Amino acid sequence: MGEISDGFIEAVTLIVTLDPEILEIAGRSMYVSVAATLVAALIAIPLGALIYYYDFHGKRAVINIVQTLYALPTVIVGLLVYLLVSYSGPLGSLNLLYTTNAMIIAQVILVSPLIVGFTIAGLSGLDKEMKYTTLALNARAYRAILTLVREAKFAILSAVVLAFGRAIAEVGAVMMVGGNIRHFTRTLTTAITLNTSMGDFAMSIALGIILLTIALIVNLGVNVLQHYNGRMKDE
Amino acid sequence: MGVFLILFAVIFAAGCVTADQQEPTQLKIATTTSLYDTGLLDAVQDYYLEKFNVDLLITSQGTGKAIASAKNGDVDVLLVHSPAQEAAFIDEGYGIDHRGIAYNYFVIVGPAADPAGIAGMTPEEGVAKLKELGEAGTSGIVFISRGDNSGTHSAEKTIWKSAGFNYTAQITGSGPWYKETGAGMGDSLTTAGQLGAYILTDEATYLAYKKNNNLPLEIIISEGTTLLNRYTVMTINPEKFPNTNVADAAAFTNWLISADGQNFIGSFGVETYGKALFTPMSTLKDSTLPPFNIDSKTPVVASSA
Repeated sequence: MGEISDGFIEAVTLIVTLDPEILEIAGRSMYVSVAATLVAALIAIPLGALIYYYDFHGKRAVINIVQTLYALPTVIVGLLVYLLVSYSGPLGSLNLLYTTNAMIIAQVILVSPLIVGFTIAGLSGLDKEMKYTTLALNARAYRAILTLVREAKFAILSAVVLAFGRAIAEVGAVMMVGGNIRHFTRTLTTAITLNTSMGDFAMSIALGIILLTIALIVNLGVNVLQHYNGRMKDE
Repeated sequence: MGVFLILFAVIFAAGCVTADQQEPTQLKIATTTSLYDTGLLDAVQDYYLEKFNVDLLITSQGTGKAIASAKNGDVDVLLVHSPAQEAAFIDEGYGIDHRGIAYNYFVIVGPAADPAGIAGMTPEEGVAKLKELGEAGTSGIVFISRGDNSGTHSAEKTIWKSAGFNYTAQITGSGPWYKETGAGMGDSLTTAGQLGAYILTDEATYLAYKKNNNLPLEIIISEGTTLLNRYTVMTINPEKFPNTNVADAAAFTNWLISADGQNFIGSFGVETYGKALFTPMSTLKDSTLPPFNIDSKTPVVASSA
């Protein structure tokens, strides 16, 4: 139990003293996960909306596959991306292995299914009338889709927050393709793994607290955004 | 709230700035967790960048993964401690310029009460006694194995073999007294501590766990040639992978075996662990003799492929 209270004390110390190595690691965690979430959102929200908007053969199957991919194991994603970007792999010439870019690619693959699936779910939760009205208005497809996405924005935003949470908390994929290299690819989660295997449990707890603090800040930010937006709409 | 946002911005900015930093040349090194976890290589990384303007990109992911990524040409240098796997790697043509850099000894640790009464025995006698008592169902006799093909696991198998047992037929899966964790050294030590079991470990990880986490295990056996833990360096063969950074790899190998490098290694650990963790190979009169069997003196020449 001592480790947990020591961890709290250590976390506060590291934050208050702005420990440069911890700041660097926390910054890299943020950078990788935010970039991955944004890229994933840019791909997955339109994709989800398209899947929702168009009726096509096998739509149910596609949605099932997307939902199955929620369960993608992080190490498997890491392994697949590793095999792609390894020097002996098809993308070896790009020299992506052991870089933050490779970590972002892995996380994009990891969280995109979540955003696609929750975008579809969020849109499906809208009043059916909406879809038919926009269709009836004969609006261009992209306009119609944009209108629908805007209506479902809170549900979609929740999906993005969830995706960020999965990205910043995962360790398997970033460990595999990033290599946990000090000053280059070490993140909060890989540093937690390292400190645990070094026997420094208090440090691991401290890093966990810092990670949760970042997640809290992100959530608060999103809440403020939603609140502000909601008020604008009411007026 | 404002404070949080500022902190948030600082952290994010730090992330953007450190995302890519160039200038120094880069040497990619794959190594094993038990070596990396001591902190030696972090110290080497800082020193080496300052002195030679070369960034050592060190990734530690267990012997199996380290060797696999070396075989895919993902790194320039391999730093490991598993003689059998090193020999195979070189025989298959993947490694060149093999040099010994340091050594220390594995230890067999167990409950302070030593319920098997093996203190003072050789490692071979000790494990044979553990097997005998374990298979007889003596309560309180458990041996924990890494079971993960790591360098430490290989060393354990060597001891069983040297004690006259066939590991696959007679040891692994031979009963509830022999448990494989399939986990890293630290996790396995924690398991052994919780179960009051015996386990083979490198001394550094044991000392770190003893110091930080009150690990309830003591050193029971620490002497015997099969406990030798030999650390070596090799360069990935540029004939297999022309992308190998042979120039920096040769310079790094030569620094490791130089007087400066050997001093650095030999003095590491006193501050943190109260004793040096590694004995430099240069302290040996002739490291090419058994049980070391490795050249630790001849400088390497960067070959161009």
